[in-house]
Formats: sequence, structure tokens, C-alpha cells
Amino acid sequence: MVQYTSARLDASFSALGDATRRGVLEQLGRAEASITDLAEKFHMTLTGMKKHVGVLELAGLVTTEKVGRVRTCRLGLHGLAEEAEWLERHRYLWEARFDELDKVVEELKRKEKVDGRKKRR
Amino acid sequence: MAARKEDEPMNKRTTVERKSDRELVVTRTVNGPARIVFEAWTRPELFKQWWVPKSMGMFLRSCEMDARVGGRYRLEFGHDPSQSMAFFGTYIEVTPHSRLVWTNEEGGDSGPVTTVTFEEKGGKTLLVLHELYPSKEALDAAGTGAADAMGETFEQLDELLVTLGASVGPP
Repeated sequence: MVQYTSARLDASFSALGDATRRGVLEQLGRAEASITDLAEKFHMTLTGMKKHVGVLELAGLVTTEKVGRVRTCRLGLHGLAEEAEWLERHRYLWEARFDELDKVVEELKRKEKVDGRKKRR
Repeated sequence: MAARKEDEPMNKRTTVERKSDRELVVTRTVNGPARIVFEAWTRPELFKQWWVPKSMGMFLRSCEMDARVGGRYRLEFGHDPSQSMAFFGTYIEVTPHSRLVWTNEEGGDSGPVTTVTFEEKGGKTLLVLHELYPSKEALDAAGTGAADAMGETFEQLDELLVTLGASVGPP
């Protein structure tokens, strides 16, 4: 129904094509967590986890916020939902317009047919 | 708005894509030759029959179009001239039955340039409408105007129904 820009979709898919990153999303679906928490949970270095979170962030799947020395991560699906809503509003308008345009075109075709018959007579 | 989406059929005939930060592309195939579809876009008496769908509850008070290169168009909405909303601009390109380009000047410098192409295939016409905005911000802020107003109307109706339901409910 809604078409995202393909660049955004590519980023989302490649972000999801990694078991650790899918695990991170699942984890963040339960509760927000700091990068340190996530690194511990997935037995990774801080640097490694930062990279994964960076990829998820670029894809708009995760948002992070730094408070003091702690960077907290949470699911960032909100951005996608807003984009979908925005597109859907535009689609709704155009769909309604073009449905009316269909009627106008049908009417013009009908008139043309009738006129054509009259001319032949 | 949520209720409206559920009620809406999964109709994929109209696609809307944000091609880039500054571009919106809308496509639709219309069942008729380009010659007729083009007419419906360039003759005001036809254009006004569809540009503002009845379901929007908006009143198009006047519609003037001079579909020639350099010609201008002007649409005015609202029952009351003192509260009217106007959309206007200039045609930059007019190629009969295949291409229309116009400016949207009501928003000053933030308005897009709209290009519509008409491509006929087997008696049907593929319409591709492309809007190029001067900046990402301008496109982000681009409202659907009347459609937004309609969303509000639905919300008001929902509220009214809730109120009515509450008052006629069992004591």
C-alpha cells in the first residue's frame, strides 16, 4: 500500500540481515538498553556493538540518546510510521481525485461515441 | 484517521512514492486515450469536476485555466469570498496529449514545480505526476490541504458518534 523510498528499504533490509542486529532489535522491543548493556548481553566489545547500533540507527530502526556518559538505545520505528502516514495521506488524496477523473473520462468517451454515431447518420 | 485506513480497500491503482528528499511521484492508469485524459486536465469545466473530489466537502468557487506556455491558472476554494483559499501558477510547458508542466506560486518560493506526463498504451493512459520542491523542508511540510481538512472532519464525526452512542446507550 505504501511505498517507501527504495534507499530506505535497502538500509532496513541490510540492517536486518544480521543475527546480532535482529537480536538487538528483539531485545530493544522488550526494553530500552544502553550500548554497554547490549555489548554485555551479546558478548561483544563496545566498539563492535556501537557499529551494529549505528547501522540500525541509519536504517531508522533504532534511535539513541546520550545522557551523561550513557547512550540509551530504543526502537526507532516511529520515524517509519510517520513517513507511512505522510505518504498515505497523499495517496488518499490522489486516489480520490483519480477516481473522479475516471468518471469524467468515461463520460467523455461515452459522448464521443454518441457524437460519432450522429455524424455517421 | 486509523478507522479510515481499515475501511479503505487495498487499492493499488494509485501509487505515491517519495522519490527523493525533494520529489514526490504519483502514478495512475486511466481507462481512456491520452487525448481525452489530457483534455480533462486542461479544460477548466472538466478539470473542476474531478480535482476536488466530492467526498472532500470542499467547494471550488472558481477555476480559470489558460493551458498555454506562459498561461496562468487560478483555483479558488470556499463559499465565502472573504475566506477563500487560492491556488495559482503558470504553465511552463504544454505539449498536447503528452506533457504538462506548471508552477505552484501560492506558497511563494516554497511551491513545487509539477510535471504530468500522459503515456498511452492500448487505449489506456499512464499518468505520472512528478512534484519537485525547492527543498526537503518544503516537501515535508507539504500538506494535502483539503485532504487534511477531511481527516479532521472524520475525527469530528467519530467524536459525534461517540457522544450520540453514549446518550442513547442503555440507562
